[in-house]
Amino acid sequence: MKSQGKAKRKVHLGEFFIEKALQLFAAISILTTIAIIFTLFQETFIFFQEVSIIEFFTSKMWTPTLHPRNFGILPLLVGTMMIALGSSIIALPLGLFTAIYLSEYAHKKVRSVVKPVLEILAGIPSIVYGFFALTFITPILQKILPQTQVFNAASASIAVGIMITPMVASLSEDAMMAVPDSIRQGAYALGSTKFEVAMKVIVPACLSSIASAFVLAISRAVGETMIVAIAAGASPTLTFNPLKSIQTMTGFMVNISLGDIQHGTIEYKTVFAVGALLFVITFMMNIVAKLIVNKYREEY
Amino acid sequence: MDLKIKVESLNFYYGAFQALEDIHMNVHENKITALIGPSGCGKSTFIRTLNRMNDMIEGTRVEGSILLDGENILKNETDVVDLRKRVGMVFQKPNPFPKTIYENVIYGPKRHGIKNKSQLDELVEKSLTGAALWNEVKDKLHQSALALSGGQQQRLCIARCLAMEPEVLLMDEPTSALDPIATQKIEELFEALKKKYTIVIVTHSMQQAGRISDFTGFFLNGELLEYGETDVLFTKPRDKRTEDYITGRFG
Repeated sequence: MKSQGKAKRKVHLGEFFIEKALQLFAAISILTTIAIIFTLFQETFIFFQEVSIIEFFTSKMWTPTLHPRNFGILPLLVGTMMIALGSSIIALPLGLFTAIYLSEYAHKKVRSVVKPVLEILAGIPSIVYGFFALTFITPILQKILPQTQVFNAASASIAVGIMITPMVASLSEDAMMAVPDSIRQGAYALGSTKFEVAMKVIVPACLSSIASAFVLAISRAVGETMIVAIAAGASPTLTFNPLKSIQTMTGFMVNISLGDIQHGTIEYKTVFAVGALLFVITFMMNIVAKLIVNKYREEY
Repeated sequence: MDLKIKVESLNFYYGAFQALEDIHMNVHENKITALIGPSGCGKSTFIRTLNRMNDMIEGTRVEGSILLDGENILKNETDVVDLRKRVGMVFQKPNPFPKTIYENVIYGPKRHGIKNKSQLDELVEKSLTGAALWNEVKDKLHQSALALSGGQQQRLCIARCLAMEPEVLLMDEPTSALDPIATQKIEELFEALKKKYTIVIVTHSMQQAGRISDFTGFFLNGELLEYGETDVLFTKPRDKRTEDYITGRFG
């Protein structure tokens, strides 16, 4: 009896330590995130003591390393949005129709091959896409439109679009597959064609999941770094011409950290200010994605 | 009594498994034909051949002929979209679309080219009235169909079929997921519906078949063992196995 009681307590003690250990791991990951955000905003705060926040958001010049220094984020912001928009134009329809094909048309065997391939595509390092854009897409663009610059937003947008397509496709397909078959049967029994079932029943039924997939994908495009650093150029000029060289927020941060910037200088602090703005943008987009899913919860 | 559907020498296979064997059946216009039999006997497979819903299952094969108004619907040239407009189907589990009540009803007519708003409004009222649901939902047509009770959802699915103005209604155990009161409501509906439509219904409940149908077919192991007028089949079954089943000795 005695030994049994001892064994029991041992188990409880073990459980206790396991629980505490798991708690510790959870705490570490959360604390790290908090520490990163804290550093980011601390440096940003110092930056805005030297640079006026009004100049930051309204000036159309971004020359933090050259005299006279200008700290207008607009060129970088516009550059970033151009990449986000351009890549969305490619990735959203491509991803959505891939998902429709996989969930509504594809034979089981085709799906079992294509789905893993999509997931592998999502795992390709973005630097590979970057060089793909620079050495493959750009020359093609230059053939079609000779005024295209070597570094340009269009090429990077296409590459980012290709990169986020699998994500859109995979998330949308998961949502469509979750629509019960009985709803499909009902639609077919009412004399729908396959395309009508997909477009009039299945897509509307999981519209909120698809919308949130879109937002998450765009948020990835906004934060994408390597492709734009390689293929989009490094000229922070305020332009809406996708064939010209631009710079995005992420592209700027890479560039500035590659050079020998002294710790504590104003150039050094710009990285944090730009980073903080980037963080706020992507963070808001992720919240929007969550809100969409929660607000329009799908029930069948 | 006019013939609506004539089934001749129908065989059906799931891969190598033969699910229906040499079925012959005459379905009469404006009558209710009930199909009974134990689970797995082929009655659901049979009803799904009548609007070719089995086409969507891979590895199935069908032989024989099904004449709808004299025309063989199993021909390759048959336009299944058009066929399903003429032969509507209600399923075991209510399956309204995750849309509003109104959108559910107009789904079929819209697919088949009706765009006119007042025409659609009229159809919605007519179809919901036909499915004995109008009074319960007329003030919330633009609310989600999923907020309705199970019985209301099933009547909405019937209304959704009626909106296409079909000729035949196929019902695959339409009340098996419903409570007795909702079941009763739908059974009452059948009496009115058969004035306009030819109804084929699969049911697990012999009492239901006895209450509502004019003709009954008893399926066993993929064969149509006995088929005839309901009164006759239930009182004087020819086959011993039919008698055993309807008296509850098995199944």
